Amino acid sequence: MLKIEDLHVYRGRTYVLKGISMEIAQGEVVALIGANGAGKTTTLKTISGLLPMKQGSISYKPDRTVQSSSLAGTGVEDIVRLGICHCPEGRGIFAGLSTAENLMAGAYLRRDKAAIQEDYQRVCKLFPILGERRKQVAGSLSGGEQAMLAIARALMGRPKLLLLDEPSLGLAPLVVATIFEMLAEINQQGITILLVEQNAVMALELAHRAYVLETGTVALSGPSREIASDDRVRKAYLGGRT
Amino acid sequence: MYTLSQRLVFIGLALAGGLLILLMRQFLNDYILSIAGFVGIYVILAVSLNITNGFTGLFSLGHPAFMAIGGYTCAILTFPVQRKGYFLSGLPDWLAGTELSFFPALLIGGLFAALGSLLIGLPVLRLRGHYLAVATLGVIIIVQVLITNMGGITRGPLGLNGLPTLTNLWWVYLWVLITLYLGWKLKFSSFGRSMLAIREDEMAADCLGINLLRTRVQALMVGAFLAGVAGGLWAHLVTAITPKSFSLILAFTIVVMVVVGGSGSITGSLLAAVIFSMLTEAFRPLEESLNVYGIGEIVLSLILILILIYRPIGLFGTSEPGWLSPGKRKSLSGTAGD
Repeated sequence: MLKIEDLHVYRGRTYVLKGISMEIAQGEVVALIGANGAGKTTTLKTISGLLPMKQGSISYKPDRTVQSSSLAGTGVEDIVRLGICHCPEGRGIFAGLSTAENLMAGAYLRRDKAAIQEDYQRVCKLFPILGERRKQVAGSLSGGEQAMLAIARALMGRPKLLLLDEPSLGLAPLVVATIFEMLAEINQQGITILLVEQNAVMALELAHRAYVLETGTVALSGPSREIASDDRVRKAYLGGRT
Repeated sequence: MYTLSQRLVFIGLALAGGLLILLMRQFLNDYILSIAGFVGIYVILAVSLNITNGFTGLFSLGHPAFMAIGGYTCAILTFPVQRKGYFLSGLPDWLAGTELSFFPALLIGGLFAALGSLLIGLPVLRLRGHYLAVATLGVIIIVQVLITNMGGITRGPLGLNGLPTLTNLWWVYLWVLITLYLGWKLKFSSFGRSMLAIREDEMAADCLGINLLRTRVQALMVGAFLAGVAGGLWAHLVTAITPKSFSLILAFTIVVMVVVGGSGSITGSLLAAVIFSMLTEAFRPLEESLNVYGIGEIVLSLILILILIYRPIGLFGTSEPGWLSPGKRKSLSGTAGD
């Protein structure tokens, strides 16, 4: 579905991604793990068009019937139109807007009112707490509720590929578990997920496959189970003993 | 979106305003009527600046410049043809021979102001941060200098006087209604939400596919259009317009109204504009009798300081009074589409 080849990205003068390649198949959950500064967020931002790429290619094939197209030079707006929704780091909740308004903002590019309503109902069924809090100003939601709102808002754009940047950031373990259950359910509904996580244990449990980034290069990749049992990964990210 | 009774409330409020004007025109003298006209113009200015500054979070100080553009455009278009040849020798022939009626002249004035804002917005709004405030400050000066030096069209520093007294309370009220309606519709639409989203979190708004530059420029243009119209109304209420008519002080007055009323609240700007412009007038007799000028400004500054200390979000924050807000239906529909 998404194929990244030899991607080089600079942020300002800093050379962040030094030629990474990865592939995501339709229906998969792929985890992207690695230490701070490895380039995880940069990868997501480059896919969604927020950062320009220096070299390399990203090609995207929304579904089987459509030809794959290159995302290089495509604007953020058009990438969202193609069905790639990016849930940014720190969630980016619109604190002054109500929960319902936040969700509607997620459907900003869509014009199919009836379907938007349908999705709204669906999202509220998936996250009942958001339905209850629809009139509440989003800034007054708890951290976990805000994390759910951020995911729900991305779903309102009817994504085919969901890019999630640290959905578990700053949340209690119990809430993290709930969020990951939701993600599994979202994936089961047919949405492909690329997940960036510090919480490698949880991420590897959910994901089918994983990539480990180290200072801008892919250090390791493979099925989650293999990655989770790799000695280096266990030592560096999972707190295991050698 | 709105319940039937809410719609009736809106229509009722509009009619009540009309009735008020009818009564005022019957019983009040011209001086007070012209003050009421200014109050209405301030409402247009505050609400329109709120669309730019309050909804979208752009700190624009350019309203006086847009008013000057709109005011001059409108004044030149309505200027009697007989006097045009003598006063405004620099006009091209086709313009010297045209004399428009008030409404189209106002519209064209507003459009020119919006065009001006587009020219500023396209380069400046690509940047993040407070560049717009600095740039719009510059625009006030640039517009003043241009008007002063284009003597053939604007009569330079002399300004245009003896304009026909076209503005009356009805015209002002019509545009107040248009402004309020536009602001309200905007706020509870997808477009308005995208503006608010940019104010709240640019990065997240970008992620949702909101085109930051385009939305910002559009917000600036809507504000500038209404400011241009307000400039036209102003010019034909005072019946004169000079390059110094619309100064930086005016920009601050309007910004204060928006801040006190609440950035993003239409009701807030409306009330703040009415109260502030009436207060300034109310202090005028006192100032004259004591021969101490500026009491009104001091009181306004005090109010601003108190608001900033005790209620920094302004009187209404971002919201509107609950009984006027849409989305009271029982379903989960929220504020869909509009």
